Amino acid sequence: MQMLSRTAASLFWTGRYIERADFMCRLLDATARLASLPSTYGGDPTAWTGALSAAGVADAFAATGLEPSEAAVTHFLAVSADNPSSVRHCLERARGNARAVRTALTLEAWEALNGAWHEVDRFAGPRFTQGRMGELVETVRRAVLAFDGAAHRTMLRGGAYWFLQLGAAVERADNTARLLDVKYHLLLPRDEAVGGSLDHFQWVTVLRTVSANTAYRWLYRDTVKPWLVADLLIFDSRMPRSLICCYAEIVERLDQLTHGSGKRGPANRTAVTILRQLQDTDIDKVFAAGVHEFIGRFLADNARLGAAVAEQFLF
Amino acid sequence: MMTGAFGHGAGGGASQSMADPFDEMNGWSGEEPRPAYSEVRRWLDETPPEILDTRHAQAELLFRRTGITFNVYGDAEGAERLIPFDLVPRVLTAREWARLERGLVQRVEALNALLADLYGPQEILKAGVIPRELVDLNPQFELAVFGHRPPKDVFVHIAGVDLVRTGPDEFYVLEDNARTPSGVSYMIENREMMRRLFPDLLARAQVAPVETYPDLLLETLRSVAPAGSERDPGIVVLTPGPFNSAFYEHSFLADKMGVELVEGADLFVRDDVVFMRTTEGPRRVDVIYRRVDDAFLDPLAFRPDSTLGVPGLLSAYLAGKVAIANAPGAGVADDKAMYSYMPEIIRFFSGQEPLIANVPTWRCREDDHLAHVLAHLPELVVKEVDGSGGYGMLVGPHATKAQLAEFAAKLRARPDGFIAQPTLALSTCPTLQDGRIEPRHVDLRPFVLTGAKGVQVVPGGLTRVALTKGSLVVNSSQGGGTKDTWVTG
Repeated sequence: MQMLSRTAASLFWTGRYIERADFMCRLLDATARLASLPSTYGGDPTAWTGALSAAGVADAFAATGLEPSEAAVTHFLAVSADNPSSVRHCLERARGNARAVRTALTLEAWEALNGAWHEVDRFAGPRFTQGRMGELVETVRRAVLAFDGAAHRTMLRGGAYWFLQLGAAVERADNTARLLDVKYHLLLPRDEAVGGSLDHFQWVTVLRTVSANTAYRWLYRDTVKPWLVADLLIFDSRMPRSLICCYAEIVERLDQLTHGSGKRGPANRTAVTILRQLQDTDIDKVFAAGVHEFIGRFLADNARLGAAVAEQFLF
Repeated sequence: MMTGAFGHGAGGGASQSMADPFDEMNGWSGEEPRPAYSEVRRWLDETPPEILDTRHAQAELLFRRTGITFNVYGDAEGAERLIPFDLVPRVLTAREWARLERGLVQRVEALNALLADLYGPQEILKAGVIPRELVDLNPQFELAVFGHRPPKDVFVHIAGVDLVRTGPDEFYVLEDNARTPSGVSYMIENREMMRRLFPDLLARAQVAPVETYPDLLLETLRSVAPAGSERDPGIVVLTPGPFNSAFYEHSFLADKMGVELVEGADLFVRDDVVFMRTTEGPRRVDVIYRRVDDAFLDPLAFRPDSTLGVPGLLSAYLAGKVAIANAPGAGVADDKAMYSYMPEIIRFFSGQEPLIANVPTWRCREDDHLAHVLAHLPELVVKEVDGSGGYGMLVGPHATKAQLAEFAAKLRARPDGFIAQPTLALSTCPTLQDGRIEPRHVDLRPFVLTGAKGVQVVPGGLTRVALTKGSLVVNSSQGGGTKDTWVTG
């Protein structure tokens, strides 16, 4: 499917930034819950530091010189101009990219994004207060659903749509992996003595961040077990945010994008390799080799794929 | 955004003073309302002002949601503003339109004939109809394209001719915008907005559609593809980018035509052929509808510091491998000094009398004209010959003594740079202002397309309205708004 390279790049990044804005909102929401519990019930005073790591912006936050208080971290993740991954910044970039290639989107998809930006711009500026965080999370999550729905219902199944979805899938894999990495010390191997009810809320928080609470219960019909959470988020192809599901989608989108020309390139090959690696391993092997190491390798692979996409499609 | 300002102060009209200009709906004061507006009048009478205000707020919300905005230069990056939209349409009858249409076709044919001549045999200069230095010393005259014949000899594919009205049958051409006129997206979006807000009114009034414009534009661009461009010609809209004031319009037109919207960096030239960079490698481009000024088109040929253009583009154009709309160098035909010769130019090329009049214009470059202008400065509007957007202009009746003296000095120092015109009593049109209907001054910019098969005009255009009471400046960069423009019956 032939299209302007700049357009393709902008759509890819529109997809990524929308996905990231959504993830940041989920993270804010879940962390606020966790931090609000008394510590005897699993409440975690370090929850906000953990959120910074999961967002991949711990260094950027440290550079501000602020204490990682709830107020400071919330502000940083929600609206800060110093944070390239803040919800506000992600939406602004998503909209900026989309506006530059406005014609590649349908009116409905563009309006969903543009409307969300104007809405958020009204209250999530420099004077944003923590009291409005719920509103921000709600607005963005609704907007992302509206955008996805508009794209799904109105966009031609062609290059523009596939690049959007490709960007979203690459970002989604990245987000899930980062979340796992931060919580890896909780994701213990089967039968290992666990911290009892204390950790329960932390696992539930992880599931909540990826909208998987109900899915977990449905699939496992069991109380929350750490190894099952890890299995679900890495290997279950029915779970839309699992790494394997993201990679199945990435491979499919790249196939669609190159089907017409028959010119498969480094992005196709890298994606297939990563998917095979995921298919050829299981949760026991991951625990044997170390969750942190496994995730670290995956994140590096995913970054390589991003570079291969840019190379193949001449971004 | 839109270039092409005018500012016409009070007092100069032959029959009417500023206090009561001709009103598009009510005619001269004391007259019966004009029949063309009967549906609009009935609608205004029947609709409570609160409803109009609600609809107006709704329109603004919809425009903002759709992103129909323009950027103001000098504002913080990314500042996007709405052009105020007025709900009360401006109406022309089919008979009035037919007359304007003939005049516009005649005028644009003359512009194209003039350019083909100036960049070719220069018969009009040899005949002494216009002075040679007006061309030779004109910064818009591109020596680089001298002798080149663009495909089908069309230079001005898209013209936005600014018209003003001072009476029932008195129309004047104020400017011929032959470079990159903008505003056509507002013509179409304003209609779309009226259809959404007042579908019944539109149906009753029998308004001629304007939505065919993008198809006609595409047809026009296709028709001038260079000979030998086999297959479906590759057509693109070239924009300076999202920070340009008219970016919305660029994306709108590309979208409606179904062609790519490109920036300079998306194109490259190899062996005098233009390509765009795609995900599957280079794809050939045959026709470029450019919304980038001449000076920025090609850093090798024009401004070397331009990052908006495409190195080698001019060479490809001269090799006949790509068509550029409007053609480089077209600006020589529409500056204000050349404007003053348009009646003679029309007579020279067509042998006919102009169907739409010029505003009488004194050329300060001529001694007797300059003397007249200096003697009557407080009554006149003085403009720079290459100015646009309402900048660098003196509106005599509104100027202070100090401003008049300052301008007189400028005129004496550089008479070549200025022209002067009488202040016209522009017509007014009913306009919604804080819940009340009040008269405001308007102009009209129809869009004229020229392709291989001749000249076409979509029935309508962009009506710009000066929203400040008594103001004559309609430019959107200076607080002007727009209206839907109807051709009915």
